[in-house]
Amino acid sequence: MKRKVTAQVVSQRKIAQDVYELWIATDLSQEVRPGQFLGIYPKDKSMLLPRPISVCEACAQEGRLRLVYRIAGQGTREFSTYRTGDDVAVLGPLGNGFPLDAGEDKRVFLMGGGIGVPPLLELAKRLCASKQIILGYRDAQLFLAEDFARHGSLYVATEDGSAGTRGNVMDAIAQNGLTADLIYACGPMPMLRAIKRYAEEKGIPAYLSLEEHMACGVGACLGCVAKTKDVDAHSNVRNARICTDGPVFEAREVEI
Amino acid sequence: MRKLAARRGGMEISMNTKVTIAGVEFSNPVMTASGTFGSGMEYSEFVDLNRLGAVVTKGVANVPWPGNPTPRVAEVYGGMLNAIGLQNPGIDLFLKRDIPFLKQFDAKIIVNVCGKTVEDYVEVVERLGDEPAVSMLEINVSCPNVKEGAIAFGQKADALSKITAEVKKHARQPIIMKLSPNVTDIAEMARAAEEAGADALSLINTLTGMKIDIHRRTFALANKTGGMSGPAIKPIAVRMVYQAAQAVKIPIIGMGGIGSGEDAIEFLLAGATAVSVGAMNFVNPYATVEVVEGIEAYLQKYGIKDVNELIGAVRER
Repeated sequence: MKRKVTAQVVSQRKIAQDVYELWIATDLSQEVRPGQFLGIYPKDKSMLLPRPISVCEACAQEGRLRLVYRIAGQGTREFSTYRTGDDVAVLGPLGNGFPLDAGEDKRVFLMGGGIGVPPLLELAKRLCASKQIILGYRDAQLFLAEDFARHGSLYVATEDGSAGTRGNVMDAIAQNGLTADLIYACGPMPMLRAIKRYAEEKGIPAYLSLEEHMACGVGACLGCVAKTKDVDAHSNVRNARICTDGPVFEAREVEI
Repeated sequence: MRKLAARRGGMEISMNTKVTIAGVEFSNPVMTASGTFGSGMEYSEFVDLNRLGAVVTKGVANVPWPGNPTPRVAEVYGGMLNAIGLQNPGIDLFLKRDIPFLKQFDAKIIVNVCGKTVEDYVEVVERLGDEPAVSMLEINVSCPNVKEGAIAFGQKADALSKITAEVKKHARQPIIMKLSPNVTDIAEMARAAEEAGADALSLINTLTGMKIDIHRRTFALANKTGGMSGPAIKPIAVRMVYQAAQAVKIPIIGMGGIGSGEDAIEFLLAGATAVSVGAMNFVNPYATVEVVEGIEAYLQKYGIKDVNELIGAVRER
């Protein structure tokens, strides 16, 4: 059940330029599914809205969640100052998450770009499939790559060519001659558009995690919508709520 | 009647939190601001809707509206901007799905009505007239008005009078005219609505604002401008509620940045009979019920037996 709770910071460290890893202790860790996200509230009262931050890893036994985020503005800058023991107000679990059933026992791509890499880790952990993990980065600061390597065959692309394939995740697929029956992906919009085209050409399903500016995070305000191919059952127009109907959509359902 | 036994100085007092607007009785003065609470479904996971005086729904039109392109929301200092564009599923689905959901709760149902033309409003108002579970209608006159060249109905006194009179003619339930704050003289608008037959007023709607992303050198919102809400607009809202309350005799529902009992009391003292919680639902999904409890705690603290004693009770220094 969705709720707003107070979590405690277990640890925080910088893992790449402007990218931080934050472990928090919260009972939400018992319920979070791969691809779901939390709304994190800044303490500074001039900032009202919860920041949508995806869950990178959930350790139910220890009651902890691992969040990996990039500093994108004042709110995330504040988060980066949190220290062990600090309280943090959290709303969650939010969103639908990745469908694990769809990829079970299949040959799948897990494709992540930039700050779209973290939400795939819990999926990589839990999914029983032949996993080819393709991660795209700006440069050789390959945050989380080692964690992913434990859960499948890892391929890396960097924009500056300093590690793996020079270019993006699509270039890495081509260069390594990879194929799959199904794709899970999270990353910047140009990458998701390319994956949608690729999946359509190959006639395979692709589950894309989308991002949009949000306010409520729970489906009430209609701030974060994605254009849908057909009329959405809830909205009765061609818009679905990314925070509740998503963030994960099958590529054919959305117009991006 | 919600009677509360409260202890003050060892003495039990019973408190009344009930308020009445246009003959409709509410268990307490706390409502939800249209557009921030859907039709209650999403927030029913967080709060008991039975505890609220009323749920005011997201605006509904005669046909489904797709709303504006994204980004539709942006945060600003102490508030937020939105340009959702009144996305709504249309009256048919709304009557089939949202009303039956809301009927399960004790909270009164107030439906916010939007339209592009007077005829659009009238159509929705007439459809809702057949639905006895709907206690009141709130007429959103801050929508773009196609016939008037996109100037909102609520920004010209004569246009406001005309639509108020027209809607009143067709409405079976009492009507609340929701006023725009983007006007020179709120008292003039309040009087225009009252004279044209409005049963109540609600204010303030959002203040038109703009945010520019200096890094991308673009507007933060796809719509360029958006409506500002949140705690930063509260003093403006309190002032406008006070001015409107001085100008008219009909009850006022006050809103603008309310997130606590203290905030709500300020609006009651300024002259509001009820209050709505809007953007603060996003900050605190439990805000509505906390405002109810905050009002009760205030009554208890000052030994006030009836919340109605507070309405318009602000004194000169």
